[in-house]
Amino acid sequence: MDLSNINPILLIASIMISATPILLAALGEMVVEKSGVLNLGVEGMMISGAVIGFIVAINTGAPLLGFATAAVAGAVLSLSFGILTQVLLSNQVATGLGLTLLGLGLSSLLGKPYEGMKAETLPKLDIPVLGDLPVVGRMLFSHDIMVYLSLALVVAVWAFLKYTRAGLILRAVGESHDSAHALGYKVVRVRLLAIMFGGACAGLGGAYLSLVRVPQWTEGMTAGAGWIALAIVVFASWRAGRVLIGAYLFGGITVLQLNLQAAGLTWGVQYLSMSPYLITILVLVFISSNRSRSNHDAPATLGRTFHATR
Amino acid sequence: MIRLEKRPQPSKTWTVATPILAVVLTMIFGGIMFGLIGTSPVEAIRTIFWDPLFHPQFANFSRPQLLVKAGPLILIAIGLSIGFRAGIWNIGAEGQYIMGAIVGAAAGLALYPMESALILPLMIVAGALGGWAWAMIPGLLKVKFGTNEILVSLMLVYVAENILASVSSGVLRNPEGMGFPGSRNLAQWSSSQNLDLIPGTGMHLGVLSAFIAVILAYVLLTRHIQGFNIRLSGQAPRAAKFAGVAPARIILFCLGMAGALAGMAGLFEVTGPAGQVSIDFGSGYGFTAIIVAFLGRLHPVGILLAGLLMALTYIGGELAQLMLGVPGASIQLFQGMLLFFLLGVDVLTNYRVRFGAGEVA
Repeated sequence: MDLSNINPILLIASIMISATPILLAALGEMVVEKSGVLNLGVEGMMISGAVIGFIVAINTGAPLLGFATAAVAGAVLSLSFGILTQVLLSNQVATGLGLTLLGLGLSSLLGKPYEGMKAETLPKLDIPVLGDLPVVGRMLFSHDIMVYLSLALVVAVWAFLKYTRAGLILRAVGESHDSAHALGYKVVRVRLLAIMFGGACAGLGGAYLSLVRVPQWTEGMTAGAGWIALAIVVFASWRAGRVLIGAYLFGGITVLQLNLQAAGLTWGVQYLSMSPYLITILVLVFISSNRSRSNHDAPATLGRTFHATR
Repeated sequence: MIRLEKRPQPSKTWTVATPILAVVLTMIFGGIMFGLIGTSPVEAIRTIFWDPLFHPQFANFSRPQLLVKAGPLILIAIGLSIGFRAGIWNIGAEGQYIMGAIVGAAAGLALYPMESALILPLMIVAGALGGWAWAMIPGLLKVKFGTNEILVSLMLVYVAENILASVSSGVLRNPEGMGFPGSRNLAQWSSSQNLDLIPGTGMHLGVLSAFIAVILAYVLLTRHIQGFNIRLSGQAPRAAKFAGVAPARIILFCLGMAGALAGMAGLFEVTGPAGQVSIDFGSGYGFTAIIVAFLGRLHPVGILLAGLLMALTYIGGELAQLMLGVPGASIQLFQGMLLFFLLGVDVLTNYRVRFGAGEVA
């Protein structure tokens, strides 16, 4: 094993790339959960976004169009979850699981003819001055546009929830749907919009996997990324800034274990591959053992069905 | 104006009718899906639901397969349904299934090539213990630290898959297999093989256990105090606490039971239809069983029927792949659709649909 093969500059650059899909998905899911809805279908929406973004990018040659379509597809899929849970009042846990199973089936059906193909990836942005800086330039300022978009989205979500009226309404709906309803806010409409935003974000995250990170389509390629995104929301105790930290931490672990594998660590490749999942469990244990805090942070109506009686 | 009015109690009629309605809706929309990918809808639906049972040429082969596929699905779904009733969301049955197979197979292979009638029973116990232990991880973490069991049990599926890949090319690899990954063939070792009890019917020990599990689960849920406690914890957690039901015990019981049953299902599979521990052993039964549990309304008898129906879509799907060239993934989508439609039409069980404006209260 030769650790000197690991270049720290490239390492950090690749952490940013590997964290972006989970960051996008986790950010969307955080907004959904803030409105009081638990959507366990992130994995299904991500993988559908991955396949649809890939197909569109291959057929049009425009990766950005692929991203846009993936976002729309994610939103449409999540809307089906929304209608089921908000209008037909189905159980959110079961419906979310159903969405994941549906998305996995849909994606492998759609993606079959595209296996092994290569899509055009996003160009790296050429940021004039910053990109030419010696070390930092390659590390932080020579990525594609989606990396920066995801970072901008963190700030946007944070500001939206903290400073805007609409954000306040969304949080109110999540904390007490009955009170929000009594005040005249449209609980179902707010939640449907939040769910669609979450779906679009998951779709973008999936498309980033198939168009930039890998970049290829293989069946089941998300490999639990959507579930890790869900865990990151808990880890972040429903705060945008901490979602960023969480996603980059997990991106770091993934990249590090891949680098260790590439550096020729011969024993137990499988044990390295399972490390992101084990670390997710450890982090969840750590977060939830601090029980008084984590109970306080979760939106009060998370996962509960809202049925207006009048 | 259409309104929904909550029923005081779930409708008995709709409890039975909604799964049938969901199956019909899935056939219609699945037919449309098959039409879109260029297959005749009627032919596709007939190949999936009718031909495996009644086709003059294939039925003799596919009828026994029905039991072979339904066995593990029912066994796993019974365990899951008990947890779901208590509001415990174990969705990592796939991992428990894999670990059961690994631990059970390892226990047997440690004794190879000894011949004894006790080896298979030992392996079954070891398999159940393997699945049980794997399910105890989310269970104990939930009890001790309040960790979310949904995420932990699912993460452990990926861990189990990696362990499977590791052992099938490592410790459990067949020493006489010329370096190929995969264990010795357990179905060919007379001490561990899990053959059809009545030859040619597909009725192996695992299927028999699934039927026994259905009966025991029915007795547990309707006649035993523990079953009552489980249902109570699911429907009214606060009332259950006041009644002296310890939530920790319910959590550990439900998860442990689901894990043990899934582990047994894995062991029966590895000693019978699959034959060996190999990288592609995990077959998604653990996830499909979630659909089976819901389709069967979390009721043992319902699960029995739902398991058979789901097994039918598996076999019919393979047949459709063979005869009509339908992609295998379309069956997965078909199964997902079924769950989705079921959850959607379920609103009729718990709510009454009212037309016209509601009176002002």
